[in-house]
Amino acid sequence: MKIAVCVKQVPDSWAEKKMVNGLLDRENVDAVLNDLDEYAVEEALRIVEAHGGNEEGGPHTVTVISMGPERATEAIRKALSMGANGAILVSDTQLAGSDALTTSAVLAKVITDGGYDIVICGTESTDARMSVIPAMLSARLGWAQLTFASKVAVDPAGTASITRVTEAGVDEISAQFPVIISVVEKINEPRYPSFKGIMAAKKKTIEQKDLAAIGVAVQSSWSLVKDATPRPARDAGIKVTDEGSGGDSLVNFLAEKKLI
Amino acid sequence: MSTVLILADFSGDKASKTTAELATAAARIGAVTAVVLAGTGKGAALAATVNQGPISNVLIIESDDFALHGVPAAADALAQIIKDKSPAALLIASYAFGKEVAARVAVLTDSGIITDAVDVAADGSATQLVFGGSTTVHSQVSHGVPIITVRPNSIEADFSTSAPTVENGSAQISDAAKKSTISSSQPPVKGGRPELTEANIVVSGGRGTDGNFVPVEAFADSLGAAVGASRAATDAGWYPHSHQVGQTGKTVSPQLYVACGISGAIQHRAGMQTSKTIVVVNKDPEAPIFDIADFGVVGDLFNVLPQATAGINAKQG
Repeated sequence: MKIAVCVKQVPDSWAEKKMVNGLLDRENVDAVLNDLDEYAVEEALRIVEAHGGNEEGGPHTVTVISMGPERATEAIRKALSMGANGAILVSDTQLAGSDALTTSAVLAKVITDGGYDIVICGTESTDARMSVIPAMLSARLGWAQLTFASKVAVDPAGTASITRVTEAGVDEISAQFPVIISVVEKINEPRYPSFKGIMAAKKKTIEQKDLAAIGVAVQSSWSLVKDATPRPARDAGIKVTDEGSGGDSLVNFLAEKKLI
Repeated sequence: MSTVLILADFSGDKASKTTAELATAAARIGAVTAVVLAGTGKGAALAATVNQGPISNVLIIESDDFALHGVPAAADALAQIIKDKSPAALLIASYAFGKEVAARVAVLTDSGIITDAVDVAADGSATQLVFGGSTTVHSQVSHGVPIITVRPNSIEADFSTSAPTVENGSAQISDAAKKSTISSSQPPVKGGRPELTEANIVVSGGRGTDGNFVPVEAFADSLGAAVGASRAATDAGWYPHSHQVGQTGKTVSPQLYVACGISGAIQHRAGMQTSKTIVVVNKDPEAPIFDIADFGVVGDLFNVLPQATAGINAKQG
């Protein structure tokens, strides 16, 4: 099986984020591998490990695919230290500030060229939080989508089944390869990279390509930010210390505000 | 007047209040056509419930492929309706299903997409609260038909009764949309409590519960509220992940949010700080969550919550 995992480098989810000129300021914050993508990497590794692992030269590989600035190699390195075999990073100044439609077009081309059986994504990035890339990839590639998976079962002969968990309930869905899978965070517990994994990752190849190399012409973003303003900080309100009637004062506050 | 499409949202076999919210937003742009995607023979009954909010037309598309193939089939149908009617915009509820349908429709119709709008203006531009509600953004689609997903519970719906005309249409579902097959579907397990993202009141528990959510749940029930949890609580296995509020969980924006034993790291605030009123119960007077609270009680939730629960139950007799 050839498995690809799409990952994104995002600002640390604990960091304050700001907009500059209609785009997220990515320069001045710590950047990390998107939390939710770690579950995707972990799931890919578990799938190959259940069928003999992804040793070099073996039948199964896990490739990390990302689009982003050159600095994204840091986040990719983390996925490699978890155990992925290698990575492809599409990096081009023309891609700065691109929308999900462009991102999905770029990723779709890299996926087509790689001839994968399975592509796994996190359900969303913690910066844009759109949850649209997996569905867009499925639509662009004409592949089956198996998204919002809390459980994945793969038969290397060519089928995958998932349990999809959303607000709408729980669905059991299956499809033939090739498939796009997205995973929710309850699916597994991502491993911490071992020291051996971190050392091995330093020797693994991150193939960097620009748009010309993958043969995609970029279009301008089809949704434009007109303005972005920080919302005023909320003022701290009333604070009381419970000396036996804290619950009652809480109820009185709710009654005053007509919330009960 | 131009036509604006909404994808009608249903709770069981009735149009949800989200449908009225979508219609209210869409009516600012043009005459609203609500699309009802239904199984064969089930469209008319569903369509009959789509009568709250400013809706001019209901368009029924029946196909068993919707239940069998889910998101891709729904997207195929909507993309065909867009090509047929050239609407001014398409508005869909911002749930997992709606966002994925919107994503595919955007690709199929070469259109720009905006997700998680909290407001939509007459010119089709949308307001979003990004980075955990810390920044307000106004965006506009610049190509194709604006595909906008609207966050439930953020638009004040006009619930006035309408008497839309009903039309039956058809759609061709492509082979590409049939590549995955749904073998079984279970509706969400509904406790007696409202859905987290739709609830007017949310009561959440965190590390301070020490794994005991009984007082949090009892307080939530006295208010008819949904129950949420911080990441610390869900990671510890104290409460299901599906109830996690925060950056990596659900984003909620209720009338009232009560945070119990939650310190208020950015992780959590990102999922709740656009709530209208925030009430906090926490033992630690230095907890950062007090900075955004309209009302805070410094105290042990195991004392404060039962007293508040009793107080509310007494008032509501």
